Amino acid sequence: MRITSKEVEHVAHLARLHLDSEELDLMTEQLDTILSYVAKLEELDTDGIEPTTHAFSITNAFREDIIETSLDQDKALANGPDHSDDSFVVPRVI
Amino acid sequence: MEPYELTITEADSLLAEKKLSSVELTRSCLERIERTEEALCSFISLDPDQALQTAVQADRRRDRGEGGALCGIPLSIKDLLCTKDRTTTCGSKILENFKPPYDATVVEKLNECGAVIVGKAAMDEFAMGSTSENCAYKIPSNPWDIDCVAGGSSGGSAASVASGQVLGSLGSDTGGSIRQPASLCGIVGMKPTYGRVSRYGLVAFASSLDQIGPLTRDVTDCATMMQAICGYDRRDSTSVEQPVEDYHSFLSEGLQGVRIGVPREYFTRGLDPEVNQVVMNGVDVLKSAGAEIVEVSIPHIDYCVAVYYLIAPAEASSNLARYDGVAYGFRKEGAQDLVDMYKDTRSQGFGPEVKRRILIGTYALSSGYYDAYYKKASQVRTLILNDFKRAWESCDLLISPVSPTPAWKKGEKADDPLAMYLSDIFTLSTNLAGLPGLSVPGGYSSSGLPIGIQLQGPHFDEGALLKCGFNLERGLSLERKIPAICA
Repeated sequence: MRITSKEVEHVAHLARLHLDSEELDLMTEQLDTILSYVAKLEELDTDGIEPTTHAFSITNAFREDIIETSLDQDKALANGPDHSDDSFVVPRVI
Repeated sequence: MEPYELTITEADSLLAEKKLSSVELTRSCLERIERTEEALCSFISLDPDQALQTAVQADRRRDRGEGGALCGIPLSIKDLLCTKDRTTTCGSKILENFKPPYDATVVEKLNECGAVIVGKAAMDEFAMGSTSENCAYKIPSNPWDIDCVAGGSSGGSAASVASGQVLGSLGSDTGGSIRQPASLCGIVGMKPTYGRVSRYGLVAFASSLDQIGPLTRDVTDCATMMQAICGYDRRDSTSVEQPVEDYHSFLSEGLQGVRIGVPREYFTRGLDPEVNQVVMNGVDVLKSAGAEIVEVSIPHIDYCVAVYYLIAPAEASSNLARYDGVAYGFRKEGAQDLVDMYKDTRSQGFGPEVKRRILIGTYALSSGYYDAYYKKASQVRTLILNDFKRAWESCDLLISPVSPTPAWKKGEKADDPLAMYLSDIFTLSTNLAGLPGLSVPGGYSSSGLPIGIQLQGPHFDEGALLKCGFNLERGLSLERKIPAICA
């Protein structure tokens, strides 16, 4: 096994997902199959090879530091499931 | 011939000559949609009234002698392109009521052209899938056989264009999501070079791989739509400041001096013999047009699926962290605290494939596994890039299959994620290397399903792809057909 259901449960918590026991079993099995497949990368010697994060890289897309108009607050809030006049409302944190 | 059967180029001529109005053309498409949508399910949302209003304005613009090739042309757009005040779901329940406060750059550009956006096309949830079966709303059908998948993730876009519901569409391609449905539905699809088209307002799946591109009925229409959407945009920091070429200038016959590479690793096990035959026939056609055919090698092609299915989920797990029930979209009520609210919302809002990829990605990036998975995959991505750099020393373009098989039946691979991932083998390298790719109809299987041919080229050489695709289209001279949709 490349991954255990306990590990999947931990990863699900990190990703803020809740899995019921049936989902957990299925995901563990499927993730194990996928991870076993991707393990073929181990066949390749990549010592000293630089990783690529962008195939066509541009560095530092700077712009002048000038204040521009941005989205109005009411528009930014409009899609929130629960909001007051000036902020999003969420269940209590503490 | 009904107006909905026209290509963009043909419709543009008729509109310019006042032999057709945009209102007539739009009505023809809307009637076609009414007759076929129940069987095809290409649209998540439709706005016929808005479309007709835009058509009226387009006719007025044309009357004043204004408006370009897309003015008054009915199009669909994939439902992950933000449309101001118009629902944009990304095929997900979590964005069921999301109305973006702004238009994506490409939508702005289409609007400026006077294009008639008829509706938002069905797609795999957050573009994760190869069949559009992961759509939370409806599953588009293949117009050539409605029991088959339209491909994915831009399946609704492809089905709507192939069936005559619209004349063209915009999709997005992260690992083949424009080219593969185009191939499966018998139309043209282009994935431009990474950075060629602004991603501003494209809901992100995997930011280093995503690119917007057109789906059309022929290569000339593809050039027309590319002309409309390409170009630098300061709102997308990965957009590249490079002048946009005149794509129509490449559409001429003859391929003298063009070297076309046939990558030997693409033509091995798992390739359907009919697909092989169609691609080989394409090679012959290009040779007859004057191209020199050379055999090349992309030795790491076999690792693309493994690299992609680590990198894309890793980026997705980060991009999709924003769907937490706070700023937009669905929220599951009743949670006692914030973390529970996040978990309840995300667990109910996302479908199984999205959850699977978030889990793979989170795992691949997590402490202790980062080097073994994400870093390793990023290093092999470098090897894949180097393969292409080497290939461009001996050829100008590559020809290959798009999908290892023609369209398959709905449900066939739905329970086997790995089998589904493996069907992307030929398209993924284009995104990993940031290259442009084009899918052109190549022929049909014995059961009458379309088979596409893929062309890949060096960065920013869309012109060469269009030239070669144009010659392929001319040389093959396939009868242009819009399938009858039998429900």
